[in-house]
Order: sequence, then structure tokens, then C-alpha cells
Amino acid sequence: MTTLRFTCLAAAFAVGLTAPGFAQSTLRIGLQQEPTVLDPTSDATASIDGMLAQNVFESLTVVDETGAVHPQLATTWEISDDGLTYTFKLVEGATFHDGTSLDAEDVKFSFDRAMAEDSTNPSKGIFEPIESVTVIDPATVEIKLTRKDAFFLFNLAQGDASIIAPESVDANATTPIGTGPFKFDGWTRGDRLTLIKYEDHRAASDVAIDKVEFRFIADPAAATAALMAEELDAFPGFPAPELLEQFEADPRFKVVVGSTEGEVILALNNARAPFDKIEARQAVSHAINRDEIIDGAMYGKAVPIGSFYPPHGPAYVDLTGLYPHDSEKAKELFTSAGVAGSEITLRVPPFPYATRSGEIVQAELAKAGVTVKVENVEWGFWIDEVYKKKNYDMTIIAHTSPNDLSNFARGKDYFYGFQSDDFDALWNAIKTETDTDTRMGLLKDAQNFVADNAIHAFLFQLPKLGIYRANVDGFWAASPVLYQPLSAVTIK
Amino acid sequence: MQVFLLRRSLGFLATLFAVSVIVFLVMNVLPGDPAVTILGIDSTEDARAALRAELGLDRPLWQRYGAWVWDAVRGDFGTSYFFRVPVSELIAERLPLTLPLAAFGMLATVTLGVTLGIIAAAQHGRPGDWAIMLLSQLGIAIPAFWLSILLVLLFAVKLRWLPPGGFPGWDDPVLALRSLILPTAALALVQSAVLARVTRSSALEVMRLDFVRTARATGLAPRRILGRHILPNALVPIVTIVGMQVAGVVTGTIVIENVFYLPGLGRLVFQSIANRDLFTVQALVVLFAAIVVTANFLVDIAYVLIDPRLKGRLA
Repeated sequence: MTTLRFTCLAAAFAVGLTAPGFAQSTLRIGLQQEPTVLDPTSDATASIDGMLAQNVFESLTVVDETGAVHPQLATTWEISDDGLTYTFKLVEGATFHDGTSLDAEDVKFSFDRAMAEDSTNPSKGIFEPIESVTVIDPATVEIKLTRKDAFFLFNLAQGDASIIAPESVDANATTPIGTGPFKFDGWTRGDRLTLIKYEDHRAASDVAIDKVEFRFIADPAAATAALMAEELDAFPGFPAPELLEQFEADPRFKVVVGSTEGEVILALNNARAPFDKIEARQAVSHAINRDEIIDGAMYGKAVPIGSFYPPHGPAYVDLTGLYPHDSEKAKELFTSAGVAGSEITLRVPPFPYATRSGEIVQAELAKAGVTVKVENVEWGFWIDEVYKKKNYDMTIIAHTSPNDLSNFARGKDYFYGFQSDDFDALWNAIKTETDTDTRMGLLKDAQNFVADNAIHAFLFQLPKLGIYRANVDGFWAASPVLYQPLSAVTIK
Repeated sequence: MQVFLLRRSLGFLATLFAVSVIVFLVMNVLPGDPAVTILGIDSTEDARAALRAELGLDRPLWQRYGAWVWDAVRGDFGTSYFFRVPVSELIAERLPLTLPLAAFGMLATVTLGVTLGIIAAAQHGRPGDWAIMLLSQLGIAIPAFWLSILLVLLFAVKLRWLPPGGFPGWDDPVLALRSLILPTAALALVQSAVLARVTRSSALEVMRLDFVRTARATGLAPRRILGRHILPNALVPIVTIVGMQVAGVVTGTIVIENVFYLPGLGRLVFQSIANRDLFTVQALVVLFAAIVVTANFLVDIAYVLIDPRLKGRLA
């Protein structure tokens, strides 16, 4: 029996934030993306998790700023020797915002609903290894897996695995009810969403903020104006790197640049010519100049990547030097692949990081003797033509899910058009390897594999650009997950 | 008159029907998949299929349109794929913003445009005329979103007189009105530029006519000539443009609501088209079409009130 035991779950977040006498306790946060529903278990919109996961809703586990897993609604868990049975002890005193208390039946309900055949959970894959969920007693749940899953405890911390109650599940799309330190207060669609502190939360005394107001501002210029007019205290995911300079120069604000899980790639369609040939793919990797792309597209605010793994991750290998920028070498490789002089289409989705990178990639490939036709397409078109029909040569996209090296094991039907038995075996070994050191080694192998085969050209890690008023503390610099717990945020 | 009303009503219904068919077809021809948009590109095909079945997206096109029309004539405009609430609810919660915004926008457009146009005409060839013409040229050339940003930078960021955007709701009417001042100005400044030019040229044309000269010769005060003789006769083209500007203001709210992050219908239609939220787009476009057709109808009525000679048109 392996026993993991943690004493005080809230301690990790609560350290150093019990300063008495807060001048202002309403926190006004700007968000670019507006949600259309408020249920993180039925819609992938990142802002739902961003506002509600681990704030209104809680999961069995929680992830900290470094991506490490900690207890949340489960205080302890035991894992059987074969790694297939997890027994979770639930925290005492957790109640839903409607006053009902949390018990093992709620946990079972939440999992059964997400695993069901007609489930529309956006991360249904998280629940795929689960065989059964059994209530042992009101404070104990046993989850049996069909295979070992190294990411299981991490995945349980996601908003998709929020623990909900059968009594309130149907109304969660508009009036979410969870067990978190903040409860839902009101929502004016398209304008704002407010949360208030949940006084009956088991760790309520550690929460400094009484009220949180999220304001939805899609336009970067409007977001800048709102910050400058001091209508907002924080904009954790600021959309426009080109506008940061004025905030950096202004003592009223602090600018924090951190990392996200988003790898920005120049995706190549491996299923059809010309990028079914490795020479052609390697040529693209040689042709691009990441520093130039980061300067031009992100105003220098990003870290280059050479494979498909975030630089802040524990198993990261720096492979940015594998294909040094060399237009002549690229030209030779394009010639030997029979691509030189032909025209290649780059279909770019409507995200600023992509459209700006696209123009620079076009110029860089031109230097390597290949004409690129850039087509700026709308998101619906991208989903249909690029993602579903795989009708593209190249595209630029950020993959923002954690542990998404699994994408390369999704088979030929996935829009990469890539399949390799070797990689499938490697990924299978990674996801079932529960020994950390061995898994780190395998993750390094996977990064090398993806880079060696030049499956795509890898550009940079999407940064998290946060703008905060100088008196606001406690926001994460990095985003290892989509959420941002607000229980540790303070306003001086 | 009754024949006229009947004909117009039939035309009104036919227009709305045609609009709904076109929107439905266009939305279905457009590439996109609400299930992928909702569940994200990392979702499983399994979950997407379940969602498509839940939303009724797996049914054939004609069935979906038939069901929509059947529900719509009974007052049910369907449920939004994305918001998961009835479309009528979405519209109802946003009308209290967009309707006043459009009304204030129109009022300010007409007041500003007609006043400036008349002043320019009265000052014809003098510095006042040049200044107004220069300003209106600028107004036509400047895009509304850029003007909006300038207004925000000056009045919200620099002077802190008005909020930079957002809408607090009508619970506090003073706050609500304050947050509509800049958006109204942004809507009206651009639209009134066109109206000022039309008013000026229409008034100038009338000024050259014999009866105005006669009026002047009888010694009537210039202000009285303007009010009693020139303006009533110059109104027909002005009313025509005002009617067209209703459409301009309604569509203008799409841009303005995005820049001022106002939760109105304009922003909803923008977002719904991007999301392929069929029923929401359908209802909103039909609603906008109804507003424009109604405005045209009112313009026709106004013609008769302005110019009794046109009464024959109502036959």
C-alpha cells in the first residue's frame, strides 16, 4: 500500500496572507473571453474554468502554480499496489452553497455523469480509464481504474472533474452551485459576473476578498482604457503584448509575464504532400527564426520551444537548437524534397499570436525558396476545414491543454495526420508509468521523438501576460491549468 | 389607406420570411461546428456526437428549419446552442440597453445633423459653412471604432468624467445614462456628418427657388423664411436619409457595443455569428430586418405628412 498523507490542505495557500484591515475587498478582474454558460463540466470555454474552477467549484484534488497536485475535497488517498484502486477520504465540513453537505454520493454522481455514454464533458478522456466509482461510506469513495494512469490525480484537479450535487446540476449552466470558497452572486451575460465570499466554507477565515467582479472586455484597446481609468484591479490574461509597455512604465501597475500550457506550433499536415516527407518538414524547421517570430508577433514576450512540452515543466528538454535557423540548409532540403518553387498554403485562425506569426513565417519561408500563401480564416472555417477535414498544408495554433503530447498518439484521423506505432507505444508507457523518475525519462524521449521527426515546426510557449494594480497580490504568474484560485488574493 | 396598410403588412411578412430562409441557408453553408466550438479541439468525438444529438444538430436541414418556423409562429424562437436558454430571454435582457442606445443615437444624429446642416446652409460660402463641411468630411472619414477609442481616452482615461465602457443596468438611471453618453456620441457623430451634408445641400437647393426669393422680397425675416418656407420643403430628402440611418445606427451598435463592452444585441449578434449559434442569429437578424422595414414604413408615412401632394402614393 502506498499512502499519501497531507495534513493541512489550505496551509499551502494561506501562508503569509492574513494581514488584517483590508482597505478594499472587492476585486475587479478583466477577462477577454466571455462565457456562454457557467458549467465547467459541459463547456470547454476557458473562462468558465478561469472564473469558477476551484473558486465556486472544487475537485477532489487541486493543482498549485507549479503544477503540483495537492488535496482539496479529498484530504488523503490510498493507492493499491497494482495502481488500479484509489480510495479517497473526503474532507470534513464541506458544504454546497445551497446548504447541503458534500458526501461520497455527490462524488459518485459527478463521476458517473461525466463517464456516461451521453456525457458531453469536454474532457471526457480524463474519465476514460475509470472502471467504477463506489461509495464505501459517506466520507470514503473508491475509484477503480482499468489501467494505470499517471495523470489521474492531476486530471482530477481540473474544472471538468468538479464535484457537483445532483440537486443543483441542471441549473449549473446559469446558477452554478459548488463547494468552493466563493459562491455565485450574479451574472449579466456579456457584461459581468460576481462572486461573493462563502462564509460557511471550511477555510473561510483564510479568504481576504469579500466580493469578486469579473468584467468581460474583448477589445484590447477597451481593456487598456478600463485599466487606465482604474475600473479594474487585475487583467490576468491580457491579450495584447504590444500594449504592455505603457503599463510597465506606470507605477500604478505591475506587469507579470509567466508561462502557460499553450504550445504555439506551425502545424504541418503530415498526411499529404509536401509534408508527408520528413525533409520538407525539417526544411520548415530550419527556415523559421523563432527569435524573429517572438519579437514580431509577441513583442519579445515569449519563450521559444523546440518540441511540444512547456519549458516550465519538470521533464523539459531544450531542443530549440536541433534545427538551427539556416535558410540555405532549408532551401537544400526543400529542393531534395521536390518542394522548392512550389506554393504552400498557410491557413491562419483569427488569433493575434497566429496572424502575426503567419506573416513572419511567410517571409522566412520565402527566403528558403518557398512561396507561402497566407489565408486568414475565421474560427468556424478553421474548425471545419483545417481541424475536421484536414484540408490544409500549414496552420498556426496553440494547444493549451496540459499533458498534450498525447495529441501525437491520436492517430491519422487527428488533424496532424500523423501516426507512429513507436510513439503510440511510448505514450502508452508514459500514461501508465506511475514512477515519477521513469516517467520523466519517457517524457524526455517523447519530446525528442517529436522533434527528431520534425512533425511540426515548434514556435514558442504562449505567455501569460498579467497586469495588476500595484496593491494587488496573490495571482499566479504562470498558468499550469485553466483556473486561478482567488482565495489567496489580497488587496492592500 | 387600408389597401396600402394591407399591402405593406404582407410585404413586411414576406420580407421577414425571406430573411429567415436566407439566414438559415447561409448559416448552414458556412463552415463550422457548434459542438467543436463548445467542447474545444481537445474534446473526444464521442462527447461531440452526444452534444450534437442533444442540440438536435444531427437532424436534416429541412426538419430543423420546419421545426423552427413552427415554433417561431407560436412565439418560441428556439433555444441558443451556446447560452442554453431561450433566445427570447437573451433578446429581452439586452433590449433595455440596445433600444435606448439606438434611440439616443438617432435623436442625437437628427438633432446634430439637421442643426449643423441648416447653419451651414444659412452661412453658405462663409467660414461657418466651411468649418461645418470640414468637420462633416472628417466625420464621414473617421471609422466609428477609432472615434470611440479617442473619446474614451479623452473623457474616461484622461479627464475621468465618464466610464470607459460597460453598462451597470437601469437600477441606477444616472449611472446607466452616464455610461451611454460616450457610445451615443460615437454613434451620432459619424452618422450626423452624413445628415448634415444632406440637410445643407437640400436646403441650398430650396433656397434657390423662386418662392424663397419672393418671400425675401416681401421682407420676411431670414429666420422665418428658413423655418416656414425652406425647411418644410427641404425635408423629403432629409427624411429619406434619416430612414436609411436607422439601419446605420442599428448596425452601428454592433461596433459600438464591442468597443464599449456593452452587453447589447449588437454584441450578441457578432458573437452568435462567430459561434454559429443558428437560432440566436436567426432571431436577431429577423428582428433587425423588422426594425429597418418598420423605419422605411414610417418614412413613407412621413412623406405624406410632409408633402400632401404625395397622398396618391398611399392608394
